[in-house]
Amino acid sequence: MLKIKDLHVNVAGKEILKGLDLEINAGETHAIMGLNGAGKSTLANTIAGRDDYEVTKGTIEFMGQDMMEMEPHERVAAGLFLGFQYPVEIPGVSNLNFLRTALNSVRKLNGEDDMSAAEFMKLVREKATHLNMDPDMLKRFVNVGFSGGEKKRNEMVQMAVLNPKLAVLDETDSGLDIDALKTVAEGINVQRREDTAVLLITHYQRLLSYVQPDKVHVMIDGKIVKSGGKELALELEEKGYADVA
Amino acid sequence: MAGTAEAQKQVQDVTGEYKYGFVTDIDMDMAPKGLSEDVIRFISAKKEEPEWMLEWRLKAYAAWLKMDEPDWAKVNYPPIDYQESYYFAAPKKKDGPKSLDEVDPELLATYAKLGIPIREQEVLAGVEGAAKVAVDAVFDSVSVATTFREELKKAGVVFMSISEAIREYPDMVKKYMASVVPVRDNYFAALNCAVFTDGTFVYIPKGVRCPMELSTYFRINAENTGQFERTLIVADEGSYVSYLEGCTAPMRDENQLHAAVVELIAMDDAEIKYSTVQNWYPGDKEGKGGIYNFVTKRALCKGKNSKVSWTQVETGSAVTWKYPSCVLAGDGSVGEFYSVAVTNNYQQADTGTKMIHQGKNTRSTIISKGISAGKSQNTYRGLVKVMSGAEGVRNYTQCDSLLVSSECGAHTVPYIEVKNPSATIEHEATTSKISEDQLFYCRARGLGEEEAVAMIVNGFCKEVMQHLPMEFAVEAQKLLGISLEGSVG
Repeated sequence: MLKIKDLHVNVAGKEILKGLDLEINAGETHAIMGLNGAGKSTLANTIAGRDDYEVTKGTIEFMGQDMMEMEPHERVAAGLFLGFQYPVEIPGVSNLNFLRTALNSVRKLNGEDDMSAAEFMKLVREKATHLNMDPDMLKRFVNVGFSGGEKKRNEMVQMAVLNPKLAVLDETDSGLDIDALKTVAEGINVQRREDTAVLLITHYQRLLSYVQPDKVHVMIDGKIVKSGGKELALELEEKGYADVA
Repeated sequence: MAGTAEAQKQVQDVTGEYKYGFVTDIDMDMAPKGLSEDVIRFISAKKEEPEWMLEWRLKAYAAWLKMDEPDWAKVNYPPIDYQESYYFAAPKKKDGPKSLDEVDPELLATYAKLGIPIREQEVLAGVEGAAKVAVDAVFDSVSVATTFREELKKAGVVFMSISEAIREYPDMVKKYMASVVPVRDNYFAALNCAVFTDGTFVYIPKGVRCPMELSTYFRINAENTGQFERTLIVADEGSYVSYLEGCTAPMRDENQLHAAVVELIAMDDAEIKYSTVQNWYPGDKEGKGGIYNFVTKRALCKGKNSKVSWTQVETGSAVTWKYPSCVLAGDGSVGEFYSVAVTNNYQQADTGTKMIHQGKNTRSTIISKGISAGKSQNTYRGLVKVMSGAEGVRNYTQCDSLLVSSECGAHTVPYIEVKNPSATIEHEATTSKISEDQLFYCRARGLGEEEAVAMIVNGFCKEVMQHLPMEFAVEAQKLLGISLEGSVG
């Protein structure tokens, strides 16, 4: 589903990713772990196509397509979802309006008609209820005045509505209390199917107790230095990055 | 011809340029070019006006000749040669149309191209049971279709072109015209007095709530024709009216002058809600062409507890000079100004309001949202003035500017004059650049770049947009997106 080969990325003229390889197949959940500054968020932003992340070498292939040729919204239409470490506030735009515009934009890019208002409301209510989101939050402006936990929950609702093929979740577990963490984990687990894949980017092993990955990668200084099964996460927690790598 | 126009339209759709730039081909009955007493006599004769009206126009013309064009606004444009314009153009016709069937189909086609909501087109087409939005369609200076007059008449509401009102309600016109905006108020107002060709007159009798939203679509259609509209709305004691005004104009190379005057008068406990969507041709990407929009809009809250609310969405015109204002004379009267002004490419807008507090316990609210893109300049200029006798005045002003490009300018010029110590005046202003984080967040949820900008900008304008009547809100939202096309990247 996702094939990254020898990826080099510069941010503001400085090389952050220095030859990263990663392959994720449908049905798999991978976790990338690493310390601050290892380049984890750079990887997430590059996959999503953010400006200012300059790919100097290497390739990213998603669903058989060359991602370098695709605009950020085209990547979303192809089935990519990026869960933000710091979800952004958009004053004056209601969550519902935001979600509906997003969903219909994706449908349009895929040659589908807009979803009817009734059908959309049903879908959103169902997903919000499942993720324990207060329905009133849907009417509020996107992330404005939301607590850290509410913002992350909101990301999960967006993911559930957009139903991506590949979810890249950047530090989705940071700043959550245990209840919120469980809810977010539940949202991720629902998204794990035979035809989908998940890439978790995280500091800590904590989330991985609730979302068990198939593979764990250790990232240091812009490269993946070690890969293994879910036991690698526990080893990291015990011994620290320096010893494992 | 039709083929050419169609091709032109397709090109514009593809390039994302002004989508309403097309010209309807109708024979014009024009006054000679330029401005003189003779031209004013021609206009007055064409409108079959009484002698007093002609005298009034000539006096205004004499006053105008002695006045100077204002230069204090933050706008730049080449000097206007007032002798190079036509001051009268009207679709040719023998008699007035008896029914809509007699209206030139090209006019109706024009409404369709303008994207006038289907419901209102049905009204125009006379479809039975169509929604009750009365459209006094001003097509190039002369009203060609007036609908629902009967229903309004039942309620006692007078809604007609100003030319008709001059003939049918001369006393009322004499009493109120130029009572809010005096003839010599400013250069452009005086010019309008001399040469105004059409416009609208509304009178809502005591205690009447106008049974429908009143809307007028203005449109310039003739080459080199200035448009000089005049609107006069009088709301008698305890009455209510909501008036919608919207404009688009055809694409044109030469600059076109538009100098309208709008006067509102609200008696005791009366309320007038005046909403505008202004989408005149803004000029091309290089700043060539576009409308010069020098408008004087003022309301007199004459009666106790009267209320006037201006809501405007300004996206068009090459140069905008416009300050819808309220003179709060009646005790306890309320003035509101909600404004969104978008400038792109080389557009220049200098717009705002004046709230003149004369009465006791008068209140005003000003919410202004300026969005600048391209190389445009966008200025908010506002005055809050509290007279010495006005006890207990309250004003709240909020001016927010959003910059979409790095080459545009946003300016806020508030004037506050308070002569009574009991007043409470609040002023808040912010300027921000559209956030890369917000744009990327929207794009990472599947929105294209322009959709993302439109969404963020609409959110930014939310506090103003929610004051627009439903008929306008959806259109206006789309318009914001269209106006900012090509502004990023």
